[in-house]
Amino acid sequence: MATVSTSEFKSGLKFILDGDPYTIVENEFVKPGKGQAFSRVKIRNLKTGRVVDKTFKSGEKVEAADVMEVDMEYLYEDGEFWHFMEPTSFEQHAAEETAVMDVKHWLKPQEKYIVTLWNGSPLSATPPNFIELQITECDPGVAGNTAQGATKPATVETGAQIKVPLFVEEGEMVKIDTRTGEYLSRAKDS
Amino acid sequence: MDWSPNTTQQTRKSRAQMLHDIRAFFLQRDVLEVETPALSQFGNTDPFIESIQCIQQKSEGSELRYLHTSPEYPMKRLLAADSGDIYQISKVWRAGESGNKHNPEFTLLEWYRVGFSYQKLMQEVEELLSIVLPDLPKKPQFKTYESLFLEKFNINPHIATNEQLIDCVREHIDHLDTEGMNNQSLLDAILSFCIEPEFESSHLTFVYDYPVSQSALAQIRQTEHYPVAERFEVYLGQSELGNGYQEEVDSKRNKQILSDENQARKDFNLETVKEDRLFLAAAEKGIPASAGVAIGLDRVLMCITGEKSIQKVINFPWDKA
Repeated sequence: MATVSTSEFKSGLKFILDGDPYTIVENEFVKPGKGQAFSRVKIRNLKTGRVVDKTFKSGEKVEAADVMEVDMEYLYEDGEFWHFMEPTSFEQHAAEETAVMDVKHWLKPQEKYIVTLWNGSPLSATPPNFIELQITECDPGVAGNTAQGATKPATVETGAQIKVPLFVEEGEMVKIDTRTGEYLSRAKDS
Repeated sequence: MDWSPNTTQQTRKSRAQMLHDIRAFFLQRDVLEVETPALSQFGNTDPFIESIQCIQQKSEGSELRYLHTSPEYPMKRLLAADSGDIYQISKVWRAGESGNKHNPEFTLLEWYRVGFSYQKLMQEVEELLSIVLPDLPKKPQFKTYESLFLEKFNINPHIATNEQLIDCVREHIDHLDTEGMNNQSLLDAILSFCIEPEFESSHLTFVYDYPVSQSALAQIRQTEHYPVAERFEVYLGQSELGNGYQEEVDSKRNKQILSDENQARKDFNLETVKEDRLFLAAAEKGIPASAGVAIGLDRVLMCITGEKSIQKVINFPWDKA
């Protein structure tokens, strides 16, 4: 079993703690001039997304996590699994619902996602920051109403519910920030 | 390749001004500037400080030397040779110490005052720091190590058992595995993570009278109930700037300290270090009663410039050196 020592700690390093994979968000070296050195880290649980503080003595070792982040294309969902593919090798990976829970509403076929693999299985998927999606449902547009800030609910092709300006029509392509779920603009090519 | 310095010209000027102010301060007080070797045949035995080892290849084999972690041992040899009051500004090296407040190579100001008490030396530290840090609020805090632990946790650090300290660590520090921690490292953890964060920011705090497990080369004083180490640390806000002692001048005890530290190294499964026999020989001849202190000047420069990371006050820190 591969181990990593605190001296190799840096943000982005992945390791196993109490059976769960974590990534280091922040690492601070703490040491009195004449005393014990420590690493105080903020780490994110890659399964739950929760960020916690932990303290290690310098020289302590943790179990390295076989975690990789791979660019993949989303393919389809079969009711049980969500299928992704590595575009260079065409290797396919099936993700369980827990892995895509937070991003289900942003999964669009052929779009690129960063899939985190732990021991070869998908642990989570991160959508691109900006994504273009078609409006599949919304109230008709109100011609000429450009009132600042006025919005209406809309559903996009992936199932996400968003708010769009009143002038946006069903069937249009819009650009959305997936981190906030906010409408940004009409897509340029529509 | 990023070859450029990490500092601004203003920071470089602040460093030059700081060094000038320090030299003027000691010139005025008749303290002599000295130099001692950076590369020594002997290393620092302190189990929590790692020397960087250097190898000199020779035709008859290789010779191991250690980069000094502070000029303490040779400066005390100068004291034993009747140098009187001395100071030194030098680069020192400590293996593996990297972070926002640490660079493995850093600049240390160390000085010794013959006949001074450590209380008097604390005053002088304050006087020096208020010259290089003109905006420093008056009236530093003076706190005994004991009062800090009593006020925060109702624990007396001089007599607390390791079990009590372990309970305190478990309750207040996230996920710290106490396995293999001795009295000193448990106290360090509580001080670093629970007490120092509450020091008043932008004020000087002097912490003094340490538990004997934290004595290093400080003199031990017997009180009515337990012995205390006549050692102090100075902080600006939460940043530790320096460490000082009423110097232990008893040669037998100095010998004992170095050998105890090597024993602690064995207990921690660390390599032992060649004890400085030249320092011990000077101690046998006699080091005069004195107090000494070392101040990390890069940390002081962080305070002067307001930089949050030591990497921003060193032209070429470790990764760019």
